[in-house]
Amino acid sequence: MIANLAFYLFSLILLASAVMVVTARNPVHAVLFLILAFVNAAVLFLLAGAEFLAFILAIVYVGAVAVLFLFVVMMLDVDFAALKEGFQRYAPVGALVALVLFGELCLVVSGWTVLAGAPAARLYPTPDNISNTAALGSLIYTSYLPLFQLSGIVLLVAMIGAIVLTHRDRKRSLHQKLSVQHARKPEDTLVMVNAGLGAGAPLPAKEKESL
Amino acid sequence: MLVPLSHYLVVAGLLLVIGVFGIFMNRKNIIVIMMSIELVLLAANINFVAFSGALHDMVGQVFTMFVLTVAAAESAIGLAILVIYFRNRGSIEVEDVTTMRG
Repeated sequence: MIANLAFYLFSLILLASAVMVVTARNPVHAVLFLILAFVNAAVLFLLAGAEFLAFILAIVYVGAVAVLFLFVVMMLDVDFAALKEGFQRYAPVGALVALVLFGELCLVVSGWTVLAGAPAARLYPTPDNISNTAALGSLIYTSYLPLFQLSGIVLLVAMIGAIVLTHRDRKRSLHQKLSVQHARKPEDTLVMVNAGLGAGAPLPAKEKESL
Repeated sequence: MLVPLSHYLVVAGLLLVIGVFGIFMNRKNIIVIMMSIELVLLAANINFVAFSGALHDMVGQVFTMFVLTVAAAESAIGLAILVIYFRNRGSIEVEDVTTMRG
């Protein structure tokens, strides 16, 4: 009973904050509502018995991904009022697509039953005597080890990609290039000029490479 | 599981529909589009976890973890692309992205 009430409460907040994410005028508010939606989804995970994933969602998603969104929204100086122009124009099409999609999902859910032999076809039944985290760990470190390492590689590629994309080598820094300096010869830089009396020295040719 | 499976399915379906609606509504603002994609992925995750709880099968939770990983990588790369696009163009309007059309 309590679980049912908690489910309704948190799913209501989840859906309301999702609507606010989509319709908020200020993107900073949208990100904050996204964080609220993630927290409420974590509670729904908890009610379904997935404790480890609930905390992963709260820590990784709220703590890293949503804050990354927040950083980008606050760092970019975007004129968000101009971005809202097509809001009314696209709303009917979006509402139509959403309605059709929801109708299809309702059809799927209403005509859906569990097959008689389904419980026997379970791959890894949830163990009763160990905790959710231990059960998940015993699964991803044995049967799903290749997928687990592959997801690590995905994260590594994403990290390197994000760094390579956003890294900016500032040309203003005045650090020395030792190899260039050691390779300099006197005749590259030094010109002996026989300056005539009252005529002055001719201007040197422009230096080819910087120091 | 304490809560019936169908309730979870309805909530996840509504969340997915809201996410799709958000993609259509904010056609110009790519940040909100990416947040809508996160909502859609979250709906998929709720479905996975709900089925995992209702059918007493751990594989749904394993798969949810991988989906979370890929979603995090996707948003990191997407935001990086967004940052360099904004640095080059000074705007993030999706409809301006026609430079690669040739």
